[in-house]
Amino acid sequence: MTLAAQVARQLAARARWRPLEIVFWLAALASIFLLPSRHLILTEIAILGLFALSLDLILGYAGILSLGHAAFFGLGAYAAGLLAKYGLVGEPVLALFAAGLGAAALGFVTSFLLLRGSDLTRLMVTLGIALILREIANRYDWLTGGADGLQGIVIGPVLGAFAFDIAGHVAYVYSLSVLFLAFLAARRLMNSPFGLSLRAIKGNSLRASAIGIGVDARLVAIYTIAAGYAGIAGALLTQTTQFASLDVFSFERSADVLLVLILGGTGYLYGGLIGAVVFKLVQDALIDVTAQYWQFWIGLVLVLIVLGGERVKRLAAAAGGRIARLVGRRPKLDAKAP
Amino acid sequence: MLTILFDGIAYGMLLFVLACGLAVTLGLMNFVNLAHGAFAMAGGYVTVVLVNRLGVPFLAALPLAFLASFVLGALMERTLYVHVYAKSHLEQVLFTIGLVFMSVAAVDYVMGSQQQFVGLPAALQGRYDVLGVGIGKYRLLIIVICGALTAALQLILVGTRFGTRLRAAVDDRRVARGLGINVDAVFAVTFAVGSGLAGLGGALGAEILGLDPIFPLKFLIYFLIVVTVGGTSSITGPFLASLLLGIADVAGKYYVPKLGAFVIYTIMIAVLIWRPQGLFGRVTAR
Repeated sequence: MTLAAQVARQLAARARWRPLEIVFWLAALASIFLLPSRHLILTEIAILGLFALSLDLILGYAGILSLGHAAFFGLGAYAAGLLAKYGLVGEPVLALFAAGLGAAALGFVTSFLLLRGSDLTRLMVTLGIALILREIANRYDWLTGGADGLQGIVIGPVLGAFAFDIAGHVAYVYSLSVLFLAFLAARRLMNSPFGLSLRAIKGNSLRASAIGIGVDARLVAIYTIAAGYAGIAGALLTQTTQFASLDVFSFERSADVLLVLILGGTGYLYGGLIGAVVFKLVQDALIDVTAQYWQFWIGLVLVLIVLGGERVKRLAAAAGGRIARLVGRRPKLDAKAP
Repeated sequence: MLTILFDGIAYGMLLFVLACGLAVTLGLMNFVNLAHGAFAMAGGYVTVVLVNRLGVPFLAALPLAFLASFVLGALMERTLYVHVYAKSHLEQVLFTIGLVFMSVAAVDYVMGSQQQFVGLPAALQGRYDVLGVGIGKYRLLIIVICGALTAALQLILVGTRFGTRLRAAVDDRRVARGLGINVDAVFAVTFAVGSGLAGLGGALGAEILGLDPIFPLKFLIYFLIVVTVGGTSSITGPFLASLLLGIADVAGKYYVPKLGAFVIYTIMIAVLIWRPQGLFGRVTAR
């Protein structure tokens, strides 16, 4: 067998759907019918999951540390809101694409700022961009409503047929569908040679460029894509809540999504989704107990994750190994060649 | 015009005292401490409690604020931070953000979310008028205190044995350790003093910057700007950076209020693109 054929086989094996994944999406599908009373929070979970997924693309796969990912989320949110409010694009799906493209364009432009410098510089630049956008949204209040938020948004029916209802059933099905399609695309992309080259860059960018991977071009590409994803997540939030406020750009949002992703684990795409489920359920429970101070517990979780992370990781790895043995092993890249 | 310059200098000096501890932490251990502002907030609230509730004179409360944050910093460093130094930047960021969230919620819980004011003695209110330049008494005090501190820091750093050890450790941790310098102890002391200074800055700045539970988040970006623009290899770098930032911010708010905070963010990003090591930083080969 030629090397090319072996590589192709490895890639195909990597991309195969595993039983647990199918179970996961079946459960998501079932939630539409089994939990109709919980659709509002499920919608939030789907949106947060998409947002965390987009952060996973750059953090988990390319190793870019960002504290300002809310910049793209917020841009998407305001773009969708403005498009709907001024009747430019009445149909939500089209507006979703437009908002995603807008955020991706911003991601493309700003990605060049991230190519130089260390982790700290990247933190600062991403944080700065989010702050600048928030400042813009605050200043141009004739357009964005400033601190009052963007009000009076009326969203048309999805695909011209399904109008949003008050109980949020349409919103949930719509968000979940978008999440699933976006996930499929991300999964396909990350199992492609492009995705593998990103992992190589994260592992060691100097070596990656030594074996002929164009590091800068790939980082720009993935950052642009991730920004587009975040924009779509933001647009979904505006469309399902019919409201956008300055809060979408906030530092807390960037930090929360980081926590969500870390809760679920980076670098395997499901981390953001699982983290979103856990985060929202915990948040929901905590808000019932202490509405004002739930941030304290979020902070405590972050601190504990870092301090106790090694131990938990080892436990999780052991548990994961056992589950993997039960449901069929996941093929390794370094499996012996015949 | 000169009044704005004066206010800007006072503001910049304040920022320097607040942020210099962070610069050393970052330069010495390559540790990203986003929770630095929490120590400043602690100092501010200690002053508020001492002055407003217990009736301690303002000037006597300042050293106590320093001491409180110093002890808090030393405790946190020994119990929590030591475990995180060796971890990745991502984990350091998560850890310190977690601390910030906890401090914000805890202060909110204990003190309430409203803004706090320190009762200044009458002697510190009002302003002198020197050749048509209005000089606020309180701001003058800030400049005097912060200027003295800066000079003292510089003298300690250059003139004492401890300062020599610290500089050696910042330049190359491994070699310094190899020479028999107890880098961990140097760092613990530096961290505590840096936190103490932040606390003092928080106490002094409560009047000018405003003190409420989200203080660590609100001024996080300012501290980081000072550190990244100034570089972490000396204290003159952050000092000049804080002065620049202070003057630019005050002047920006005065002359182009519509642009607001926009000016400094843009400057920061431009500087970071132009010189990722900071304006005054040396390019190290690490």
